[in-house]
Amino acid sequence: MIKGLQNIGDYFIMMNKVMSRPEKRSVFLKQFNLEIMKIILSSIGIVIIISFFIGAVVAIQQYFNLSSPLFPDYTIGLVTRDAVILEFAPTMLGLILAGKVGSSITSEIGTMRVTEQIDALEIMGINSASFLILPKILVSVIFFPILIILSISIGIIGGWLGGLSVGVPTSQFILGIQYEFIPFYVTYSLIKSIVFAFIITSVSAYYGYHASGGAINVGKASTKAVVYSSIIILIFNYILTDLILSGISF
Amino acid sequence: MIEVKNIHKKFGDNLVLNDVSFNFQRGKTNLIIGESGSGKTTLLKILIGLYPFDKGVISYDGRIFNEMKLKEKRLIRQEIGMLFQGGALFDYMTVEENIKFPLTMFTNQTEEEKIDRVNFCLKRVNLENQNNLLPSALSGGMVKRVAIARSISMNPRYLLCDEPNSGLDPKTAILIDDLIKEITEEYNITTIVNTHDMNSVMQIGDNIAFIHNGEIWWEGNKEELIHAENKELHDFVFASKLFKRLKRNS
Ligand SMILES: Nc1ncnc2c1ncn2[C@@H]1O[C@H](COP(=O)(O)OP(=O)(O)OP(=O)(O)O)[C@@H](O)[C@H]1O
Ligand SMILES: [Mg+2]
Repeated sequence: MIKGLQNIGDYFIMMNKVMSRPEKRSVFLKQFNLEIMKIILSSIGIVIIISFFIGAVVAIQQYFNLSSPLFPDYTIGLVTRDAVILEFAPTMLGLILAGKVGSSITSEIGTMRVTEQIDALEIMGINSASFLILPKILVSVIFFPILIILSISIGIIGGWLGGLSVGVPTSQFILGIQYEFIPFYVTYSLIKSIVFAFIITSVSAYYGYHASGGAINVGKASTKAVVYSSIIILIFNYILTDLILSGISF
Repeated sequence: MIEVKNIHKKFGDNLVLNDVSFNFQRGKTNLIIGESGSGKTTLLKILIGLYPFDKGVISYDGRIFNEMKLKEKRLIRQEIGMLFQGGALFDYMTVEENIKFPLTMFTNQTEEEKIDRVNFCLKRVNLENQNNLLPSALSGGMVKRVAIARSISMNPRYLLCDEPNSGLDPKTAILIDDLIKEITEEYNITTIVNTHDMNSVMQIGDNIAFIHNGEIWWEGNKEELIHAENKELHDFVFASKLFKRLKRNS
């Protein structure tokens, strides 16, 4: 309990260091571009594959659940759309990225900590927390929403192909994804993704930055980072769902 | 000159440094010696502000370091080159990028000027034309030399080295020691070297502080050390048979 509180305190002390202006713009931009490669571009593959199959499976499951004359075929499109936008894309993907992006951030920063590279930065007179962590947080917060849009699109394509495979006509599926479409759901999904992006990068960076000892401890820190950022994502998912959807109860 | 006065440091209940005072002189290689766990690294890290301490004063040529704000400390740190035990090279940067890094962060030199400086530093440590290697492709001795090149790229006034030749073969170790001493005298730097290697002590020990039980137990130069009558120092120095023989013959 006391340890938990201390962690939270250390987290905010670190974030306070992170949120300071970069020493040199050109260097910051270079780091920023590098992080786009490391965090975003390298995740596109996994986002596409997972979104596609989840979309397809959701469509097929709904088809068999709802296969009664009461439900017209276009409901498959509608249900797939809402499932992907509301829950799958932001939350599931958040959890998956917590695993992929989070663990790589922790091991990168943790390794720099235990091999004294972070001390070396500090000794040069550089704010190591800001130098290493700020570009990661900014890149994730700016570009996760784009991954989410990608995920939604691919998920719906997956739903369409999954639907086709069990005999839902394309025209019905398209009718379904347009039917009573609430654009705010997409905004809602993007808001979540921004919050989750912040949680994943800052929590993973925290565990890396405070790693100590050797390589084994960096491994342990990565595991912790994934576990805690997942739990925090789920808690915030609950809070945000409650806040945002009850705020627009119409 | 770096002056420490009445430094006290506890880790929990463990009193690691007890009223340590010493003057590290300009243009000399100042050695901190003592057995493993005696607090050498701790003292070095306190000197540069990586560890907080309980009591005492640290001054860099009269500038009281421990009373400074972090921003002012960073300015002093830009005058310090530090050689970490494992080298602490940035592992995603090439040799050239590592050495260029402080120049990019803190000077407005053109690319050409920076490359000139990099090549000068590399030449100084006998590693010409190795610019494009990554740290993973370097031997232990090369890592140390690149780290020295990086630490002198900004023309430091102070050079701190934590066990510069641990893990090196005796021949390479002597090369590194000589290099540190030459650079110190050539640029009139205040150099501090942590070591428990008696070869180094006899090679470069201009001004030696022996730490025992958290206190400065003895101080002097290498000639005085051989004839010192201090029991604990004697036990430490003549733990090696070679030096026992040396003493008998002298
Ligand atoms: N971060 C820390 N937290 C708690 N105790 C520490 C920490 N760093 C060092 N100590 C303790 O302080 C004492 C001195 O450690 P230090 O690393 O300064 O020794 P050293 O003289 O550099 O040893 P070595 O020659 O093995 O490098 C040891 O008892 C160590 O356990
Ligand atoms: Mg040490």
